Amino acid sequence: MTPVLEVADLRVEFRTDEGRVPAVRGVSFQLSRGEVLGIVGESGSGKSVTSLAMMGLLTGSSQVAGSVRLGDTELLGASDKELSRVRGQSIAMIFQDPMTSLNPVYPIGYQIVEAIRAHHDITRDAARSQAQRLLGVVSIPNPSERMNNYPHELSGGMRQRVVIAIAMANGPEVIIADEPTTALDVTVQAQILEALHTARVQTGAAMLLITHDLGVIAGQADRVLVMYAGRVVEAGTVEEIFYAPQMPYTLGLLGSQPRLDLRRQRLHPISGAPPSALHLPPGCPFAPRCPLAAPVCEADEPPLVATGTGGHLSACHFSDQLVGVAPGDLFRPISQDTPL
Amino acid sequence: MIPHPNGIPRPHGTQQPVLEVRNLVKHFPARGRGLARRRAGEVHAVCDVSFDLYPRETLGLVGESGCGKTTTARVLLNLQPATAGHVHYQGTELTQLSRKAMQRLRRELQIVFQDPYAALDPRLPVNEIIAEPLRIHGLYDSSGRADVRELLGLVGLRPEHGNRYPHEFSGGQRQRIGIARALALRPKVLVLDEPVSALDVSIQAGVLNLLADLQAQLGLSYLFVSHDLSVVRHIADRIAVMYLGRIVEIATSDELFSAPAHPYTQALISAIPLPDPRKERARERIILTGDVGNPADPPSGCRFRTRCPLFAEHLSDPQRHRCTTEIPALIDHTQTHRSACHHTELSRSPALSGLSVVTGDDLPRSARSTRGPEGR
Repeated sequence: MTPVLEVADLRVEFRTDEGRVPAVRGVSFQLSRGEVLGIVGESGSGKSVTSLAMMGLLTGSSQVAGSVRLGDTELLGASDKELSRVRGQSIAMIFQDPMTSLNPVYPIGYQIVEAIRAHHDITRDAARSQAQRLLGVVSIPNPSERMNNYPHELSGGMRQRVVIAIAMANGPEVIIADEPTTALDVTVQAQILEALHTARVQTGAAMLLITHDLGVIAGQADRVLVMYAGRVVEAGTVEEIFYAPQMPYTLGLLGSQPRLDLRRQRLHPISGAPPSALHLPPGCPFAPRCPLAAPVCEADEPPLVATGTGGHLSACHFSDQLVGVAPGDLFRPISQDTPL
Repeated sequence: MIPHPNGIPRPHGTQQPVLEVRNLVKHFPARGRGLARRRAGEVHAVCDVSFDLYPRETLGLVGESGCGKTTTARVLLNLQPATAGHVHYQGTELTQLSRKAMQRLRRELQIVFQDPYAALDPRLPVNEIIAEPLRIHGLYDSSGRADVRELLGLVGLRPEHGNRYPHEFSGGQRQRIGIARALALRPKVLVLDEPVSALDVSIQAGVLNLLADLQAQLGLSYLFVSHDLSVVRHIADRIAVMYLGRIVEIATSDELFSAPAHPYTQALISAIPLPDPRKERARERIILTGDVGNPADPPSGCRFRTRCPLFAEHLSDPQRHRCTTEIPALIDHTQTHRSACHHTELSRSPALSGLSVVTGDDLPRSARSTRGPEGR
């Protein structure tokens, strides 16, 4: 199947007073039509910077290299004019905080109409009825009245629905959702995931779902990328990642997660903290926290390579030793942190 | 011991609670928007909240934003005055205490805040941050330095960390410093207000393990306030669920997850995604409509009725009338399990709640859902 979106060796560096900060270090992936690709990782892993760089939304002190292809169009280095045609039309974005994407001084109906008319030559009235229909699709009650509301008159969940309606407006090929439910309460999160599902089914769009929440990934994603220190350290189907992880970091994440479906049991944390992007260790960036670390790990950063089965990739010198290993086999149920 | 209005179940047999909270109420004045900021009514943040906290137990206080869980914690520590109600700590009524008398008691009742970045003075080295409560209470003597060192060790930090400043630590380590400070005065009760919510999951796990170890080692009682039901399931012995200022259900952790009785608890549990693709996709969800009501103008009768699937779909008009006019009281299901719903027989019936028993590794399921399992 031809991918709708193809990212190859994406690199992002920020220039700071303290030196160059490599935030994304060679990320590659393909997104197929209608697929949901989850990107999971902790703060600072580079998952959000990846999505911003793809859309050309990083400015100033950043340097972006690599390739981001949407169909036949190269997005990296494209002019603002070309990018404006793509953004909102072929690729739509949904961010964590809906207030950053909505304009506080215009009614929401007006903003949806604008989004439609930016890419389609239709009358204001036609766009209005289209906007009203979209609000209904994302389950906003009384859409015709809500059209006249300003963003501040809506709750956080309602605002995020409006953002989803705008994302759907032009039938995008790709929806990038960056922590779309992180700021929301869990009952509202369930509503928004439902609305995102509807948006995807109705537009047929593929989705890049960026989140730190393993539960959301487990329920929504077809394939998963696990990011650590600016790189993809494991990639596979959602089943491969959750049931047969081949990278110690992924195992550590799963073992750290308190679970609703299990009785109280000891958690297996990862000791230490992720490295600062300013001072990455020379070898595998996870080595200082990894129970499997050997001298080779501190010398060479392992490449992301196939583990044997299909598209399952892992960046670990010892991934073949992780077959059938559970988090508790690898990580100790410690409460004491490894000090600085 | 003061009697509970409805005769509170005693989960710990004849053991005396360390903390008894009775009919606690907290209203905040709601101000208008104009320049004068005239008083425009009251926000009912906490309404008639009662619970006990037993020695060496962890009571989880859960709910979504604005449900009053943090306000409850602050009011019971007298960090904000109660509008009405009582808090008894080992025979002393806290709500009426003078500042000075309360200060003495703070040795025994301590709090750990959510944001480890905001809770620590950036200008003090860690040794001083931990020594501060000892100095305030006149307990920093010749052995003070050794005490601080011991506290650092207790939370998994090294003595030399004491000379560093908060900004030199990661979020998880800062939270450990906050915990060490809270433990400095050897408290009996620790209120933990979202203590791991700001931390990444791999770091959070270590802090949760630490809290479990400290409780076993020091015999602490925890009031663990959190919005994260997975975390609370992991750490709490008993759980109280709050909605719009009221406790709607309180039970042992096992009871709450195996047989949630209140429609809100059922929806809350069903909404939490499980980090397990097969289980997660086989589940059906109760999707609530709408948002949490406005605490400045809460719905009459049962505050959950505006979002309640039972109210919306399964009640007759006379039954609904009761929900809109009468505030449901907490009623007993077992010695340790109480919930506040007028139609518990319906919400607990398997046909409607469909929440099968969660035993061991099982998980709750719901037959009452707006959408079935996704056909992927």
